[in-house]
Amino acid sequence: MLAAGEEGIVDSPGMGEFKVHRVRFFNYVPSGIRCVAYNDQSNRLAVSRTDGTVEIYNLSANYFQEKFFSGHESRATEALCWAKGQRLFSAGLNGEIIEYDLQALNIKYAMDAFGGPIWSMAASPSGSQLLVGCEDGSVKLFQVTPEKIQFERNFDRQKSRILSLSWHPSGTHVAAGSIDYISVFDVKSENWLMDSFGDETDFNLLGSAIHKMLVDRQYMGVSKRKCIIWGVAFLSDGTVISVDSAGKVQFWDSATGTLVKNHLIANADVQSIAVSDQEDSFVVGTAEGTVFHFQLVSVTSNSSEKQWVRTKPFQHHTHDVRAVAHSPTALISGGTDTHLVIRPLMEKVEVKNYDAALRKITFPHRRLVSCAKKRQLLLFQFAHHLELWRLGSTVATGKNGDTLPLSKDADHLLHLKAKVSKMPAFLRSALQILFSEDSTKLFVASNQGSLHVIRLLEGSFKHLHTFQPQSGERLLLTGHGREFSLTDVPFFPNETSVVGGTVESMCLLAVSPDGNWLAASGTSAGVHVYSVKHLKLHCTVPAYNFPVTALAIAPNTNNLVIAHSDQQVFEYSIPDKQYTEWSRTIQKQGFHHLWLQRDTPITHISFHPKRPMHILLHDAYMFCIIDKSLPLPNDKTLLYNPLPPTNESDVIRRRTAHAFKISKIYKPLLFMELLDERTLVAVERPLDDIIAQLPPPIKKKKFGT
Amino acid sequence: MVEEEKNLRVVRCGGSELNFRRAVFSADSKYIFCVSGDFIKVYSTATEECVHILQGHRQLVTGIQLNPNNHLQLYSCSFDGTIKLWDYIDGILIKTFIVGRKLHALFTLACAEDSVFVIINKEKPDIFQLVSLKLPRSSSQEIEAKELSFVLDYINQSPKCIAFGNEGQYVAAVRDFYLSVYFFKKKTTSRFTLSSSRNKKHAKNNFTCVACHPKEDCIATGHKDGKIRLWRNFDDEKKYTYTCLHWHHDLVMDLAFSVTGSSLLSGGRESVLVEWREATEKNKEFLPRLGAAIVHISVSPAGDLFCTSHSDNKIIIIHRNLEASAVIQGLVKDSNIFTGLMIDPRTKALVLNGKPGHLQFYSLQSDKQLYNLDIIQQEYINDYGLIQIELTKAAFGCYGSWLATVEQRQEKETELELQMKLWMYNKKTQGFVLNTKINMPHEDHITDLCFCNAEKSENPTLVTASRDGHFKVWILTDDSDIYRKAVGWTCDFVGSYHKYQATNCCFSEDGSLLAVSFEEIVTIWDSETWELKCTFCQRAGKIRHLCFGRLTCSKYLLGATENGILCCWNLLSCALEWSAKLSVRVMEPDPNSENVAAVSQSPVGSDLFVFKPSEPRPLYIQKNISREEVQWGVFVPRDVPESFTSEAYQWLNRSQFYFLTKSQSLLTFSTTSPEEKLTPTSKQLLAEESLPTTPFYFILGKHRQQQQDEKLNKALENELVQLPLTENIPAISELLQTPAHVLPSASFLCSMFVNSLLLSTKTESAEEVPDDADMEEEKESDDSDEENNFTEEVQDTNTTDLGEDIIHQLSKSEEKELRKLRKVDYSWIAAL
Repeated sequence: MLAAGEEGIVDSPGMGEFKVHRVRFFNYVPSGIRCVAYNDQSNRLAVSRTDGTVEIYNLSANYFQEKFFSGHESRATEALCWAKGQRLFSAGLNGEIIEYDLQALNIKYAMDAFGGPIWSMAASPSGSQLLVGCEDGSVKLFQVTPEKIQFERNFDRQKSRILSLSWHPSGTHVAAGSIDYISVFDVKSENWLMDSFGDETDFNLLGSAIHKMLVDRQYMGVSKRKCIIWGVAFLSDGTVISVDSAGKVQFWDSATGTLVKNHLIANADVQSIAVSDQEDSFVVGTAEGTVFHFQLVSVTSNSSEKQWVRTKPFQHHTHDVRAVAHSPTALISGGTDTHLVIRPLMEKVEVKNYDAALRKITFPHRRLVSCAKKRQLLLFQFAHHLELWRLGSTVATGKNGDTLPLSKDADHLLHLKAKVSKMPAFLRSALQILFSEDSTKLFVASNQGSLHVIRLLEGSFKHLHTFQPQSGERLLLTGHGREFSLTDVPFFPNETSVVGGTVESMCLLAVSPDGNWLAASGTSAGVHVYSVKHLKLHCTVPAYNFPVTALAIAPNTNNLVIAHSDQQVFEYSIPDKQYTEWSRTIQKQGFHHLWLQRDTPITHISFHPKRPMHILLHDAYMFCIIDKSLPLPNDKTLLYNPLPPTNESDVIRRRTAHAFKISKIYKPLLFMELLDERTLVAVERPLDDIIAQLPPPIKKKKFGT
Repeated sequence: MVEEEKNLRVVRCGGSELNFRRAVFSADSKYIFCVSGDFIKVYSTATEECVHILQGHRQLVTGIQLNPNNHLQLYSCSFDGTIKLWDYIDGILIKTFIVGRKLHALFTLACAEDSVFVIINKEKPDIFQLVSLKLPRSSSQEIEAKELSFVLDYINQSPKCIAFGNEGQYVAAVRDFYLSVYFFKKKTTSRFTLSSSRNKKHAKNNFTCVACHPKEDCIATGHKDGKIRLWRNFDDEKKYTYTCLHWHHDLVMDLAFSVTGSSLLSGGRESVLVEWREATEKNKEFLPRLGAAIVHISVSPAGDLFCTSHSDNKIIIIHRNLEASAVIQGLVKDSNIFTGLMIDPRTKALVLNGKPGHLQFYSLQSDKQLYNLDIIQQEYINDYGLIQIELTKAAFGCYGSWLATVEQRQEKETELELQMKLWMYNKKTQGFVLNTKINMPHEDHITDLCFCNAEKSENPTLVTASRDGHFKVWILTDDSDIYRKAVGWTCDFVGSYHKYQATNCCFSEDGSLLAVSFEEIVTIWDSETWELKCTFCQRAGKIRHLCFGRLTCSKYLLGATENGILCCWNLLSCALEWSAKLSVRVMEPDPNSENVAAVSQSPVGSDLFVFKPSEPRPLYIQKNISREEVQWGVFVPRDVPESFTSEAYQWLNRSQFYFLTKSQSLLTFSTTSPEEKLTPTSKQLLAEESLPTTPFYFILGKHRQQQQDEKLNKALENELVQLPLTENIPAISELLQTPAHVLPSASFLCSMFVNSLLLSTKTESAEEVPDDADMEEEKESDDSDEENNFTEEVQDTNTTDLGEDIIHQLSKSEEKELRKLRKVDYSWIAAL
């Protein structure tokens, strides 16, 4: 049923030959993106997926996915918004409004809105109020208090579900998109305000007219189907922009309730809309996978009259674009095809640099694979379960580049479904766990910022120590085990919601092979190194501006290697409590510009057991061996040297050799690790396999086919 | 090109490209102008007729534009370095501005009153500049205009790549991969470049054309990959933005905005006019099946008409609601000419390959296509690399009552598809009707076919010669069955000669002999018995042309070979009469005389020799008639014989020789100067014909002439004082027939005009016919008193107030009459 692991031999540059387990049976399929919400105060982007997962991307830190809330089937989100500065709320079809704790990385609370499934949510421009649109046609206003949210009142109930909501920038009016009509109402008087088109009965007795803007149902000449208003946007000049299931983008005058302009842009639904803060451009996403950019341009250069014009279409998606966002410099879109696409607006980008490049984020910026080296086992982490596999083997030998036949296929050993069973409280809120090299100790990063050290015994365990965060500092989660024992591993944190305070959780753990040192890093603070032997904080690596993406401690030397999201790599000597000479050299000289332009973070660092000068690391598109003994490349040298041709003389090879040996054979690469000196395991996840598992896209006639 | 004193010159005789530049509409959409070689043609949009030919340029006309300050005038520019201003209604050249440089295109702007924009090239041949040219004001006919000011450099020479926008505030130019916009006020140029990388996606990003929105700051550009980009915000090089419209699958050939800017028109090789409403992708309308690739699109200033120029030399006028209303078709030059030039004996039209699969009948006199005959009768698929069925041979027989055509298609060496069709002229439908279709008449290519055109031959006979070594004789036989009476063609005789390929065939004038050439050998067959009479063999290479002499020279047979030998055999003595070394490309006998024209090819050019077979000395030689190779030639009988006395030109007396060069320009010989030749057929004022029936119209004499006879009796009885016929009054005809721009001021004219109308001098003369100027009165004719009063008043004013004035301006005869008038006794009025 699964693609068997292929095995081949690859000559890794300068390192001799490896036998490579090319694993393609990690059947990972990311969930489709349902909502995106951009916060311009912190320049962060919240993304929610159809399985309820919420991810936070730091756009200033190279679009690093720095936070992550795992989801649940029962918590599918339909709406996501930032309110009151940097508080994140989501609402979904289970009728609950959820606030996330961005420090502790768990759910702060969930509150039922009592209106049936929630389809839409919008925070007021001031951020102090939250409006949700429900299945039963009600619009509910919540007040955002410092700790929670509080129900304030209901607005007039509409006939059908409220699918989209938008506040007027002044906060006085709200537009609500429903099925076949858009309503605009006054927040203060609670009354619907709009001109009524046909429905006189909806006039409110209090004197304010209820106004609805009826949307043309016509869909490709057929008017049978209902027209669903997927999105509305209220501009400060009173214009309401709506997008609907008939493929239209329509401009309405909210004062008179009249249709001003109509753009038919797609043969399928237009599902999302986002307006820039300056209200000079907006972006819509369609079910055909196209994203259209609209701009407000002046009609002639010498007149002040302006008009909305559809400008560039972008086709970066194959499936429905369910959500779009408009940051000051980029258009962000995501949809069923699971990619998050960030398309910078060239006119807003000052210099042509790395920020001006199109980015397509498909895989999480975390490691989903762990490896037991001696037993040759791989553990795959899925959203709601774990799988354990044994690698296949071969007896054949071959030349460089040959593909070897398998003598024994890979085995699927275990499938563990996530469930909350009895477990100690500290484990229940664990964000990251890590075994020591000899499997005698377990390190747990809990959501309270504390790190637990546990000694494992036959069938039981003993809590050894807790490292508490010091004075507002915090520790936290995720690590990589040297070897896994097959106990219940709750990768899925917490149903509990506690934790107050401002303790930031730790996301990354690393333990030294001799078991003496434990390194932990959070999303923003520096890396803390604890002495396991003495059970105390040993030192803190100076804080750096960009979040840590991978950590590892080298055997023997106990050098801590840290990769940051801006592609910098540091080496820090734990015993000496300072950066190593090599690290200082490379910082002085700087990394190669191509190295800094890579757009996926390094997710895993490991070491060669026999060659202490080598550091192995990889991101989704390359695998690199840094040979510290060789000279560093400067901007003039070729960074990505192809596999050295065997016929070239050693002299040339030596002259062109530099510290970075990069192989791009395997991509997208989710995991790569050295099993032993001569064996590598590479876990690939070809994009075609993911696309094959997605629902079929809307069929479009292609010319010439 | 004037070669000799007596002005026998090679001239272009029409058939020029009508689609060389965008056609231009007059302001009222009544006329459409298009460049045609050295001329500008004025067509009526309603009737498709050519109203005027504006001639005066000495080289290719490269641009025309209406004068923005006087929409009754037209500017044109040409390679001859002049800009001419025309009054197109009268076909008069008003002014000539001499620039002295090759002008490639012309643009006018309403806001730039005294200047125009032209494209010139610098020293290097492919560097073109857009410059503004100041047209000096002067009353003289020829003015030098040298004041050039540079606008844009390195532009494309095609005027499609330049567009002026927003009332002339900026000009957009495209070339290769970039768009440049020059702002006249700011005097800055913005340049936007598209990615031109070699990868597949952007390989065809090249710009092909540009158009500017008439109201908004929006530039539309067409691209090689079929995309249309709409650029906005281009005054800011950073904030510019564009959107794409994509329907065309091949390059966008031209773009045009409607007058209001509400829709954008585009066209290309698909032969479909696309109208993008509101410039949105989803809202588009099509006018499909226009026949050939759309090369240019233009829009009338009134907004009610569009027109498209097509690659098959055709202009289609299209209504605003996308309905084609008129087609102006010139000589189609789209495809290869295989059939050669023929003359349809009935219409005297030139017949040759037209649209793919069609024969076109082209009238040389009116320079327009008469009609198309669809020979292949299959849908033409316009795509690269497709091997199409080609119409390769055609011949008229029996004075135009039969037409034989041969079509072939050869995909591979061994797969030849061959079809011969015989068409009969149907007098009822005035057209050719397919009579017989013969599949695979021969095993290999048909090299020649000819009808027996002898007067006495009772049965139509056709001979085909083929590379398969045979020639076949086809005759018309009775094909009647119980259902209908019919005739059909069947093969009567198959002849061959030692398995040589048959290359040419030819009947003698009286039809008694058939000559068939088999490679190097000419065989003579008796057409009665199909018996081989004799053979001629000169061993001078394969025979390329073969023809019998005519009239007094019918005893001679002429053959031209590939090796450059022209032989003349005497059929009576069966011996070679003479031979000459001449590399003959075209050999055409004149049907009305003994003359034969031969065109030979030399490295310098083509030379024409006219000779009689009986005399080895040519009648006439003209060297270097064309620099290119002459491919086909034909003698066209004259309707009215000329009478050249000079011996050298006598050959032109009864026929005219037309020839077609490799680049498909149709040329002929003319003795008259171009100004005399092709004079506009009607010098009449158009205004007279198209006047609506207003009171003014009644004043003009036409109407009265019509009613003359009816009213004659009655009017005579009444003996009324009548207005004179306007034809006879110089003042009126002068006023109405002089172009507006040369008339004196209206105040000056008014009195003269009124006076001339008031003159009732002619009433005295007995032959004067009454008219209906008093029609209204006549309707209620019982009240005759009023009429009389009226006429009296008229005469009073006439004689008293304006008398003095008139006298000075009247002709002598009128003065005489006026004097008589004064003496007339009006006392009878008092009696009433």
